[in-house]
Amino acid sequence: MTKLKKVTYSQAICEAIDEEMARDKNVLILGEDVGILGGNFKTAVGLYEKYGDLRVKDTPISENGFMGMSLGMALTGLRPIIEIMFSDFLLLASDQLLNQIAKIRYMSGGQAKVPLVVRTTIGAGRSSAAQHSQSLHAIMCHVPGLKVVVPSSAADAKGLLKTAIREDNPVVFIEHKMEYNNEYEIPEGEYTIPFGKANVLREGKDITVIATSNLALKAVKAAEELAKEGIDVEVIDPRTLVPLDRETMITSIKKTGRVFFADEGYERCNVVAEIMMDLMPDIFYYLDNPPERLCLPNIPLPFSPALEFPLIPDQEKLCKRIKKIFKD
Amino acid sequence: MNKKMTKNKFKPIKTYGIEKDRLLKMYFDMLKIRDFENAITDVYSRGLMNGLAHLYIGEEAIAVGVCANITSRDYAVSTHRGHGHLIAQGADLDKMMAEVLGRKDGYCKGKGGSMHIMDASKGILGAIGIVGAGIPIATGVAYSAKYRGTDQVSVSFFGDAASNQGTFHESINMAAAWKLPAVYICENNLFGISVDLRKVTGNPNIADRAVGYGIPGVSVDGNDILEVYRVTQEAFARARKGEGPTLIECKTYRQKGHHIGDPGKVYRLKKELEAWKKRDPIKTLKNRLIEEKIVKEEELIYLEEEAKKLVKAAVQFAEDSPYPEPEEALEDLFYTNRRRNKVND
Repeated sequence: MTKLKKVTYSQAICEAIDEEMARDKNVLILGEDVGILGGNFKTAVGLYEKYGDLRVKDTPISENGFMGMSLGMALTGLRPIIEIMFSDFLLLASDQLLNQIAKIRYMSGGQAKVPLVVRTTIGAGRSSAAQHSQSLHAIMCHVPGLKVVVPSSAADAKGLLKTAIREDNPVVFIEHKMEYNNEYEIPEGEYTIPFGKANVLREGKDITVIATSNLALKAVKAAEELAKEGIDVEVIDPRTLVPLDRETMITSIKKTGRVFFADEGYERCNVVAEIMMDLMPDIFYYLDNPPERLCLPNIPLPFSPALEFPLIPDQEKLCKRIKKIFKD
Repeated sequence: MNKKMTKNKFKPIKTYGIEKDRLLKMYFDMLKIRDFENAITDVYSRGLMNGLAHLYIGEEAIAVGVCANITSRDYAVSTHRGHGHLIAQGADLDKMMAEVLGRKDGYCKGKGGSMHIMDASKGILGAIGIVGAGIPIATGVAYSAKYRGTDQVSVSFFGDAASNQGTFHESINMAAAWKLPAVYICENNLFGISVDLRKVTGNPNIADRAVGYGIPGVSVDGNDILEVYRVTQEAFARARKGEGPTLIECKTYRQKGHHIGDPGKVYRLKKELEAWKKRDPIKTLKNRLIEEKIVKEEELIYLEEEAKKLVKAAVQFAEDSPYPEPEEALEDLFYTNRRRNKVND
């Protein structure tokens, strides 16, 4: 039995970076406030003191600039980890990420190897309004050439981040900012979690809920509530959106005959729409109900909590929507 | 080399005491570029080539003058107008032309084309088609050189139009702040497609901007290869000594349009073009070598014939190379240890 210990989500991220930096001298981290401050979300605490200025680099506010620099580093043997404080800011660096980093291997006919990790955050709920709350991971999945990771728990975040740092392709690693201060149990010692392996968080026979990032954890809580009403929910956390573990989802949906998706991105062109379409040829004839989804409405995030919280997908909304399926 | 430079420093000769062999190689490399670009015009008119071809004709002295300082350990990041940089760095003309024609034996197996030829083995870490986007990449390479404790230098080639992108500012600022071993080469050919730099830039002397970053900025005649060589040599020495980056603006002119298909007429004055053509970089070097009695004209004629032969052979190689199979379009997206790439991975 693996021994467990209690850490916060940010400590788990920090441990993953620390362990990988200790393991491989070519790993470095750069971004805004990753140095002396230890990261805006405390995900690099103590690293500056331990590894020094060259390996833990505070950058100016030049997202496109240091995103591009990370590509130059990766092409010459380093394994940079870039921190982009909010996924909203990824748009400033989108040329380097989507046009350069994602494409250089392909354009060069396979000459380039690009081992780099772009860490960023998604999630609303901090009254940060329309430019610091978005969940833009769908855009990262749209452009070929990037692996996209959306961990739920701290344990997954650590294991998946270590895999991301060892991966020889560019990875966009998307952390949920509302999780950073939450405490979780994670395994003691070193471990990694492979890409492309979904996690069945709860087994059930009535409906499959496929939920990304921390909505997967909320879906488990929703499932416990629904169990009291006799609805047996199976919860699947895809863990990585690219690559996608289709098999686990298909097997589950064939068993339950129903599927419900949850994701915190905007509803229009949400990544779950793509997942559903991707699975459809394999699940269509097994479905008892039309697939449904819970996403963010197609509106920018407002500041006031009175306006913001009613929009954010959560446990309560999940319960309500799933109950409705069984009522109808 | 350095000793000789010092000895000849005060002699009023225009070849700066550069050895004859090196001067001949410079001449030969410029010829290869010119002939390669002319051959592209030819294959284009014969319907053998698709897409965009941005020619380097008139700017050869910059690539060759800069790359004459690059060792096999150094790096460069190129642009959409990149053939010259690759040839100057010793890239294989056969594989280049095959790539331009979209063939299997091209550098990128037909996936990059004229705009994106990469030769990682020669340190050319990409030819970037988005204006200004190569500058941060080259800057990261310089960071990597410093990180790994080598004396490698990273060269960033870009045009005048790129100097008005944010990447120019972001990158050079970081290189200056961290004293990175980078050399920024602005090929100022005065036009971004049809837009005259002088119409869209407050101060069209790009080198002046170096002051704002606290680094040296030098403006040179980009059609004079020996000037380009001498100035970049100093910049390389500074970079290798850990003294940080240099911004070098090479003033030049593209003798053709923005790409094949653009006659380059409506937006510029004929007399301006004619004046620059009189100062053609290849002719300029040739005249100087003969004037200073460094070579006999026959030696240069021999090189001219040799360059033509090499380019002719490259065209033949490319035409003989097969097209890639359609299913190869789905390869090379991700690196895998198994050498197998699935599109949906």
